[in-house]
Amino acid sequence: MNTAVIQFPGSNCDGDALHAAQLLLDERSQFVWHTEAQLPQGTDLVFLPGGFSYGDHLRSGAIAARSPIMEAVKAHAERGGFVLGVCNGFQVLTESGLLPGALSRNRELHFMCRPVHLRVENTGTAFTRAYAQGQVIEIPIAHGEGNYYADPDTIAQLEDEGRVVFRYVDNPNGSLNDIAGIVNARGNVLGMMPHPERAVEALLGSEDGRGLFESLTAALAAR
Amino acid sequence: MSTYKAKVFVTLKPSILDPQGRTVERALSHLDHGNVAGVRVGKYIELTLTGTREAAEAQLKDITENVLSNPVMEDARWELEEA
Repeated sequence: MNTAVIQFPGSNCDGDALHAAQLLLDERSQFVWHTEAQLPQGTDLVFLPGGFSYGDHLRSGAIAARSPIMEAVKAHAERGGFVLGVCNGFQVLTESGLLPGALSRNRELHFMCRPVHLRVENTGTAFTRAYAQGQVIEIPIAHGEGNYYADPDTIAQLEDEGRVVFRYVDNPNGSLNDIAGIVNARGNVLGMMPHPERAVEALLGSEDGRGLFESLTAALAAR
Repeated sequence: MSTYKAKVFVTLKPSILDPQGRTVERALSHLDHGNVAGVRVGKYIELTLTGTREAAEAQLKDITENVLSNPVMEDARWELEEA
């Protein structure tokens, strides 16, 4: 599972993302700068990391979503390649149209940084097959704009199609239907606000994020 | 060819909770402006364009709808005047 971690000006979880990818997926995983037009040959997973791309100016993720590399990321997704967007990466995915909805200011306006509990709602995706259905995992959040919103038809469609993959046990930010992570219709693009890459070693306080990377490895092997 | 000054106004859709607006409204109430309601906080963006009026309008519409606002949660309107 060869991973390209995209770096935008203001990405600050890129190092964590690359560390997790090299530790759990493939040592050849590498950074890719946002001005590139192409992904490296053999990229299996595009990892859009957390942070504050372009200082969250205009809207979180809006400017990054219109950077040159995103055309290549969209083409990768259309070919069925895996795309994982975490935190600001999730915001980039919604802004680029790869996932529906939008992330707005947390209900209480505070930036929140703490471990939260998530329920794994669908183990039928490439990102979740190593978890048990309904399993509760502990993953940290660190965001000011993680309040998931979409119009009622879109929410109903996400629910009907089982595309809500992770749900907060105690909703920290006001997200509709406690949504913490969703996939696209094809199931190869996941966006989530919590940081699984920050929960891959006991030293970090939780290893519950490992399942996501183990799932991807299994999904790639099954192809 | 003319130069135009554009003003773009972006606000959250009425159906979207505006926590900033709500916070300001509460603050105003504490400051004895209890008769003020419906506070919404938005963005005002200025830009300058050159070209024909028709082209400038089309370009401004594109920029406003596809970059400066997110139609999932925001409404946007613009004004264009010759500079």
